[in-house]
Amino acid sequence: MTVISMNSVHTPVAPQDGAQPMVSFRDVHKSFGALEVLKGIDLDVMPGQVAALIGRSGSGKSTALRCINGLEKINGGELTVCGRNLRARDFELRELRKEVGIVFQSYNLFPHLTVEQNVTLAPRKVNGLDAAESRALAAEVLEQVGLSDKALSYPEQLSGGQQQRVAIARSLAMRPKLMLFDEVTSALDPELTGEVLRVIGKLAAGGMTMVLVTHEMAFARQVADLVVYMHQGRVWEAGKGTMLDDPQTVELRQFVGSGL
Amino acid sequence: MDYVFDFSFLESFRSEIISGVRLTILLTVVSILPGFALGTACAVGRLYGPRWLQTAVTIYIEAIRNTPLIIQVFWLFFGLAVLGARIGPFNAAVIALVINTGAYSAEIMRAGFQAIPKGQLEAANCLAMTRRQIFWSIQLPQAAELVYPALVSQFILMMLATSIMSQISVEELTGVGYQVQSITFRGFDVYLVIAVLYLALATMLRLCLHGAAQLAFTRLRKLRTPL
Repeated sequence: MTVISMNSVHTPVAPQDGAQPMVSFRDVHKSFGALEVLKGIDLDVMPGQVAALIGRSGSGKSTALRCINGLEKINGGELTVCGRNLRARDFELRELRKEVGIVFQSYNLFPHLTVEQNVTLAPRKVNGLDAAESRALAAEVLEQVGLSDKALSYPEQLSGGQQQRVAIARSLAMRPKLMLFDEVTSALDPELTGEVLRVIGKLAAGGMTMVLVTHEMAFARQVADLVVYMHQGRVWEAGKGTMLDDPQTVELRQFVGSGL
Repeated sequence: MDYVFDFSFLESFRSEIISGVRLTILLTVVSILPGFALGTACAVGRLYGPRWLQTAVTIYIEAIRNTPLIIQVFWLFFGLAVLGARIGPFNAAVIALVINTGAYSAEIMRAGFQAIPKGQLEAANCLAMTRRQIFWSIQLPQAAELVYPALVSQFILMMLATSIMSQISVEELTGVGYQVQSITFRGFDVYLVIAVLYLALATMLRLCLHGAAQLAFTRLRKLRTPL
């Protein structure tokens, strides 16, 4: 487990009355062939909230996350993201993806492009930014992740932690309303994990709405407004970070106790 | 054995030899890019096209790769003439070289496209990029870079294969060589010179393609990665 210290303290955002959730799962089902991975998920993430999905491998947490930006299609129930119903007939996946950023465990940077080009490719192609605008944008987001001096480097010249921070900057450059993080530190050693978590913590403190799948329990407890323990394709327990100190179910008690 | 070399034909057939070299270069230059473009299009069709297109492309590739180039040339030149379509020897040669190189480079490029990790395409999709944008900005540059050494070999093979075009009276370097030796009876000296000229042409082509790679693949140039 990685212990990190953050300069900025994140104040949990309480769901406000009347505000629309940024992400809303209603009895969501998802199967891969005969295997039902999500067995009726209900979950709301309000604007400004940070939700951490935790649980064992195979509990469905990554699948749930991938459903949010349409990487997996749901088979049943309702899923609304940024006010768009993913099952509506006029649903436009690309329009949703302009508003939802995602960062993967394996970085998935474009190796033939510099850091700056990685960051500005989509803003130029998708949002039509010109050269000057995109350079300014790159400078801004790379500053946010602490990599201003690496703009002209290539991914292969960076450490894993730096590559992952570039991937975060690449998502931020699209100015997303919602960020998804899929086990983004699982391939990193504790030191590099720390530098990536600090960047995510800073984003959370800045008010970014985020859903993250993580194995970093200390981080989840510290940063998340909502911790969601998933087990066998269901939301088993959900609440504030403190619920990890006082599990209500045997499964969560065992999971927390296993020291993951 | 006291063989006396006689290279005097270099002087007497100078203009023929130069025109032969020119024609060989011309055939190569006009066939490489269309052949590469056709091959890339076929690779894309075979990987991502609808079922019927995949089948059509596969039939084309296998038909070309499993028949001799000279038969393809004869079929285009003599065969089509029988049907009343006279396309001329130079055009027949270029078309044959393009469809031949297209088939081989299709398979080379397919390997390149398949070698790109799926995660990159997923990430690009998640950045709201369109299929077309992903192809031009991410897939094509990387695929070409990954298989570039194989492409260079293929293009040089194609250049050397222009030597059979004298069979349909395209008087490229080999054709000129045959004429010169049939007049001078200095086959040993003549074909030695022709071989050296091919070697020089192939080396030049390799250098040109290397230069093109330095321009096209910025990362390799900046990181000084050998191709």
